[in-house]
Amino acid sequence: MSAAIPKEVVSQPVGDARGFDWKWIVIGACVAFTVYIAVIPLGFLFWQSFRTPQTAAVDSVFTVANYATAYGSSDTWRLFWTSMQFASGTALFAFVLGTALAWMNERTNTPFKSVFFALAVIPLIIPGILFTVAWILLASPQIGIINLVMQNWLGLEEPPFDIYSLRGMIWVDGLHYSPMAFLLMSAAFRAMDPSLEESATMSGANIFQVARRVTLRLTWPAIVATILILFVRAIESFEVPALLGLPAGIEVFTSAIYQAVHRYPSQVGLASAYAVALLLITTGGVYWVSKLSGRGSQYATMTGKGFRPRQIDLGGWRWVTAAIFVVYFLLIVVLPFAVLLWSSFQRFYAVPSMEALQNLTLDSYRFILDYPNLTRTIWNSVVLAVSTATIVMLVTSVICWIVVKTSIPGRWLLDGMASLPIVFPGLVLGLAIMVFYLNVDIGVYGTIWIMLIAYVTRFMPYGLRYTTTSMVQIHKELEESAAMSGASWGTTFRRIILPLLKPGLLAGWIYVMIVSIRELSTSILLYSPDTQVMSIVIWELWENGQYVELSALGVLFIIALFVLVLIAQWLGRKYGVKE
Amino acid sequence: MLTVDGLFTEYASAGGDTVKAAQDVSFTVDEGQLFTLLGPSGCGKTTTLRSIAGLERPRQGSITVNDRVVYSSSAGVFVSPNQRGFGMVFQSYAIWPHMNVFQNAAFPLEVGGRRYSRQEIRDNVMQVLTAVQLDQLADRNATTLSGGQQQRLALARALVMKPALLLLDEPLSNLDAKLREKMRFELKRLQRELKITTVYVTHDQGEALALSHEIAVMHEGRIQQIGSPRDIYERPATRFVADFVGSSNFIDGTVTGAAATPDGCVVVRTEIGDVTVRSLQSLVADERVGVSVRPEDVELTEDRPAGGNVWEGRVDQKVFLGEAVEFQVKVGARTLLSRRHPTLRTKIGDAIFVQLDPEKCVVLKVA
Repeated sequence: MSAAIPKEVVSQPVGDARGFDWKWIVIGACVAFTVYIAVIPLGFLFWQSFRTPQTAAVDSVFTVANYATAYGSSDTWRLFWTSMQFASGTALFAFVLGTALAWMNERTNTPFKSVFFALAVIPLIIPGILFTVAWILLASPQIGIINLVMQNWLGLEEPPFDIYSLRGMIWVDGLHYSPMAFLLMSAAFRAMDPSLEESATMSGANIFQVARRVTLRLTWPAIVATILILFVRAIESFEVPALLGLPAGIEVFTSAIYQAVHRYPSQVGLASAYAVALLLITTGGVYWVSKLSGRGSQYATMTGKGFRPRQIDLGGWRWVTAAIFVVYFLLIVVLPFAVLLWSSFQRFYAVPSMEALQNLTLDSYRFILDYPNLTRTIWNSVVLAVSTATIVMLVTSVICWIVVKTSIPGRWLLDGMASLPIVFPGLVLGLAIMVFYLNVDIGVYGTIWIMLIAYVTRFMPYGLRYTTTSMVQIHKELEESAAMSGASWGTTFRRIILPLLKPGLLAGWIYVMIVSIRELSTSILLYSPDTQVMSIVIWELWENGQYVELSALGVLFIIALFVLVLIAQWLGRKYGVKE
Repeated sequence: MLTVDGLFTEYASAGGDTVKAAQDVSFTVDEGQLFTLLGPSGCGKTTTLRSIAGLERPRQGSITVNDRVVYSSSAGVFVSPNQRGFGMVFQSYAIWPHMNVFQNAAFPLEVGGRRYSRQEIRDNVMQVLTAVQLDQLADRNATTLSGGQQQRLALARALVMKPALLLLDEPLSNLDAKLREKMRFELKRLQRELKITTVYVTHDQGEALALSHEIAVMHEGRIQQIGSPRDIYERPATRFVADFVGSSNFIDGTVTGAAATPDGCVVVRTEIGDVTVRSLQSLVADERVGVSVRPEDVELTEDRPAGGNVWEGRVDQKVFLGEAVEFQVKVGARTLLSRRHPTLRTKIGDAIFVQLDPEKCVVLKVA
């Protein structure tokens, strides 16, 4: 055919003179929505970072004092340095762990590895706050089970592990993000055409030369991108720095922002100044990732052929690698869940022993089920999660249609705006939205609507990624043939585009729903007693020192999420979601 | 029936440059005719077709179907594709994978401006599915169809609303060679039976010659020649057409001083000697021209034949193709390609006589 026609020619020229075209109303509404939701809070955050705190007596005025305070003191540089240490330590730890596991899983003959691949997704379900709490119960110097057991067995005077330290923080956060590294690197290993390696072998290269000169060079973009993504995730993570760092006096940007907001009078300006710095770091990271993934396509490691990479025979060592998988699974799923389960059956938190075994009780579960507003809280969580997922997927499917299928000028800008929230750390987004609706009173502050707005903003980029992946696979002619059949834009969108997008939409919907239900760092600045969600209740129980009750709620929460994921997967399989 | 007049369509390429896809394209197609736009990749044929469909917005010109103006730059008319009521078969077939065979074919009746009853839809769809021999598969999932069946379903979907015009965008290019040949006959039979006016886009000259009432050969956005398949093949207007449609020997030369003989013959002085050709064009002395001869018109004999236009050459290469043998014959420094019946078994290196029929030599003016 005349191959000169690029993908992005005008898809459907404007409708004829029969008046009014719904298409433009829908497109306009979605564009306006994106601008409103993604750009305005950011603008307000900048504005607020130049204002003095507002109290009942004093009005807020313009100042650069926030920046002076924030960046003038040596404390800030220590904050910056600690954040960097924490984030890079976490990123590297998670990367090394995840890559080693991915390599074992993709390129060796480790037994039972398909089972491990399925299990590797489970940790993604466990909310960060519960994972952190579980590790406190495991490795705190005072009550940590591992510490006490080791002291008992080895007769140590000092507890061997201190979770309340930078190393402890890196350990917990790194473990928590390692499944992500595992999935990203598995994809990279899988995407590589083994014939590239084989032809190097045939050219006479030995295994190390192949690894150094072909494998590493080809996966290099994926490696750097993975480390950067992990770094961005680590620097914006809130649970670990708040629960492990603050008690030991180790502050990073996120915990500093949280503390500035919760001081009296609330130092919103200072928090904003910190937030701007954090935002610059994450923006830089995300920018480099997108640059790298653009370059990655040029490496063209995909062949699309159904090949099976040659696997390295580990011989007897394969039992060692299998053992590593088992230990990993213990550390990341079994131990955390077991410790929560144990503690949930106690009246007061106690280390496992014969004596404690006799005091098992269901009291904490009774407490949780009688918890004031529990039904309300669950209802809030579910409604928020379902509405967020639905709104996000519908809006992003239109946005992504505009970006992928039309040649409307400025569509890249729309894509950029809709993806913008990905650089917002959850806490910063919460802060920006809080500041905006405190100043622009349209009656949403303190209601569930502000939470909904925040969630939709935060998860829009994820939804967009799912819809885009599916949208680019829809051949343009499928849509054009509908137009030639006489279908209007609306009919085409409803009867052709949406059904074809369905697998992607459903997968994205499930993902957004799960991350919404776990959300903590944005909600923590926006909730009110009426709009509590599950993760907030866990946070409050922690603050009150109600560990056994927290454990009971955590156990129920994890089981509920697990069941939810199973149902979602079952639904997905039934309606054709490709994994 | 269809009139395209002075059509210019341009679009921005991925790099941001303007691609001049269709330049001053004009043609008319009569009722019930199959008109082919033929040309290599990037010649603008698909853009022209998409402009007729309304999937591209031209910059200038007009498109009229049955006295209904669907596009006119001067009158400011642009009818959107879903209001034009043309059927189109896409290169990829664009069969919707989430619908079954029946639903795919029924779609145009469900979404169009006219309302049909359930029964009417059923009757129309089954009728058109029967015409393309898919009636047995109506309930099959569209993704389980073979390439040939998908192609027929795409055709059924384009025909179901009884369109004023049928547009076919390289409908056979995704099929394997055997099936392509079969579908070519199928398509021709259907078009001739239904007498539906059709615009067909292809880069395959064999398809174009086999199917069309009329062919327009396009190159770099412009139409080079419009004519019947026989015209295009036997009397190509330009060197590009002669080269693109079939293969040709081109011998450059100059018209000798002598004026045309009464039977219209002219002598052209070329590198292999004087060639007598018959030309209907008026040629002047010393004009530089090219002489184009099809390989099958280059006669070869082992003994010197009677008559003029004969040269002695030597067999340089032979390629056995099954139903024919291609000879490369050196005449002086020049190699001529000739396609002969396999019974001619002259060995490589042997002498051979080349004869050209003046009737079969086409004079092409050098632009």
